[in-house]
Amino acid sequence: MTPEPTSTVRMSYREACRQAIREALHSDPRSFVMGEDVGKYGGCYAVTKGLLEEFGPQRIIDVPLAENGFTGIGVGAAVAGLRPIVEIMTCNFSLLALDQIMNNAATLSHMSGGQFAVPLVIRMATGGGRQLAAQHSHSLEGWYAHIPGLKVLTPATVEDARHMLAAALADPNPVLLFEHIVLYNAEGDLDPAVTAVDIVHAKVRRQGRDVSLITYGNSLPKCLTAADRLATDGIDAEVIDLRVLRPLDMATVTASVARTHRAVIVDEGWKSGSLSAEIAARLAEDALYELDAPVRRICSREVPVPYAMHLEEATLPSIEAIVTATQALVHPR
Amino acid sequence: MPDFTMPALGADMETGKVVEWRVKPGDTIRSGDVVAVVETHKGAIDVECFLDGVISDLVPLGVDLPVGAVLARVGGPEVTRTAVERARISPAARSRALELGLPLDSLHSANANGIVTLADVESAAAPRPKASFDPALMRQAIAAAMGRSKREIPHYYLSSTVDFGAAQAWLDDWNLAHEPIDRLLPAVLLLKATAVALTKVPQLNGFYENGAYKPASAIHLGWAVALRGGGLVAPAIHDADHKTLPELMGALRDLVQRARAGGLRSSELSDPTITVTSLGDRGAESVLGVIYPPQVAIVGFGRVVQRPWVVDAQVVQRPIVTVSLAADHRVSDGHVGGQLLAAIDSALQRPDGL
Repeated sequence: MTPEPTSTVRMSYREACRQAIREALHSDPRSFVMGEDVGKYGGCYAVTKGLLEEFGPQRIIDVPLAENGFTGIGVGAAVAGLRPIVEIMTCNFSLLALDQIMNNAATLSHMSGGQFAVPLVIRMATGGGRQLAAQHSHSLEGWYAHIPGLKVLTPATVEDARHMLAAALADPNPVLLFEHIVLYNAEGDLDPAVTAVDIVHAKVRRQGRDVSLITYGNSLPKCLTAADRLATDGIDAEVIDLRVLRPLDMATVTASVARTHRAVIVDEGWKSGSLSAEIAARLAEDALYELDAPVRRICSREVPVPYAMHLEEATLPSIEAIVTATQALVHPR
Repeated sequence: MPDFTMPALGADMETGKVVEWRVKPGDTIRSGDVVAVVETHKGAIDVECFLDGVISDLVPLGVDLPVGAVLARVGGPEVTRTAVERARISPAARSRALELGLPLDSLHSANANGIVTLADVESAAAPRPKASFDPALMRQAIAAAMGRSKREIPHYYLSSTVDFGAAQAWLDDWNLAHEPIDRLLPAVLLLKATAVALTKVPQLNGFYENGAYKPASAIHLGWAVALRGGGLVAPAIHDADHKTLPELMGALRDLVQRARAGGLRSSELSDPTITVTSLGDRGAESVLGVIYPPQVAIVGFGRVVQRPWVVDAQVVQRPIVTVSLAADHRVSDGHVGGQLLAAIDSALQRPDGL
């Protein structure tokens, strides 16, 4: 039997998110979308555009600006047997729903001795780079990766944007999906032969011998570009896409560092107490004798993300910074 | 700023070629560090630099340079490393060095920041570059040195036949009581006896340079090693008079191995204060050596042979060895030479004291 010839489909990350939601709504009558402006407005980032018309107001539900309330409704609906997809406009606003996310969604299974599962999915936009200033531009996924009981996903490719949602919905526990606002317009090729992805493993997106660039989200394309530039300088960089921030797939990370013996972590969060700090600490605990150089971290400057474009650019991890830090690590001067 | 120059690795060396730098410009070096590998007719020699400071202005590799040519400059603030200061070695390099059994203080950084990394460990562990060893070239060098010796040095020769019985008995006892690894060769006793004798006859331990004799301040015995491809080197066993017999055995084994495999150090080639040659158990009964300038003497030991020997008016069978001396008549006379042979004889009769 020869497989049907397939050709890749070019698609934006936004469209991939939308297709993922459409598939979920078509395939499971228990699923529905709930969030601010997801219906009539089509979503703040236009991810849910057209879904109200396709699925109706019972499954595409506009809610008031009350994050803790509607997230709590999502928790209750999930406990009651539905498969809610809650959208929080940006992760900055998710702080209003932190009580529901942490004290209920992440805890109920534990507190009920496993009697209640919370199969809730919360999608939220994260990150900076589109001049949305200090209340809409932060990267808080590292915070959520601190909390036992949650899974934290960061799709960085069109393929992961297209397929991670299904895996998240299939999981009996609460899963947070962080979609980077800069990635929505990114385009990529979707291989129709791939119909599912795991939400367990990190992935080597580029193989290299000299240094491991460990990253996720919108820092992935930056690292890949940086790796291309480094290659012209004779430095062969491996790029690891973490994909899942909790639980961390450290086996893939340490295996890479065992090959390259150098690690640069690129994390759009602030450096202090960040996910990058966690990875660096685990490398120190579990892979110290593989390290041939200190671990380096490229993170956002420790300021609220500024509005002005040049200041915002100066704040976020840049390709230039990744290249410079990596060169200094591989060829110390 | 003091210069680090092309060393004279023996009187027969006129030029050398740096084939590898073990340091980088800006590195801090300590006196005695091996800083370069120089290719000579004796093979690749690890060259030490006896200066402290920061090295710079390294000459390019592969260029034939005369002895005395400046190879690098050493200057800057003198850095004294204390035992407290911990070597900066990456964890991966540290564990790899442990795996390979490389001592950490033998590692040198090739990085500008001075940190020893994996690559430094791997390069320390890599087989050393075999500098092309050309037997014909070495033959030429020996011809030049020996020709000069015979032209310039008025040799006189003495020899003495020595009863090796006491030494042999002592050696047999020792070897019976020790594992093979700790056993001693007769050569070790001959070396130690020579070193001890030289402490009593210092007129033969030194150099004749610029028309005058300069006694050496230590006894570094040049031990003649025949190379498998033909040819000969006589690298130094440093301070032989202060070494115990097992230490001398270790030094001998190490030296012979490195002489044949490559890896002699420059000081070993430039330091000998006298040469000792022993023909071993397959050699001739006696040897009348040719002095290696600017040294002033060479002591030779023939094969130990069983001979009738008169002891207490009885003819008995004894192991006998012929000890010879070739010495520079510009520096010493036969009387002094005789004293040395007598002192060697006397030392060999009391092996317990060696």
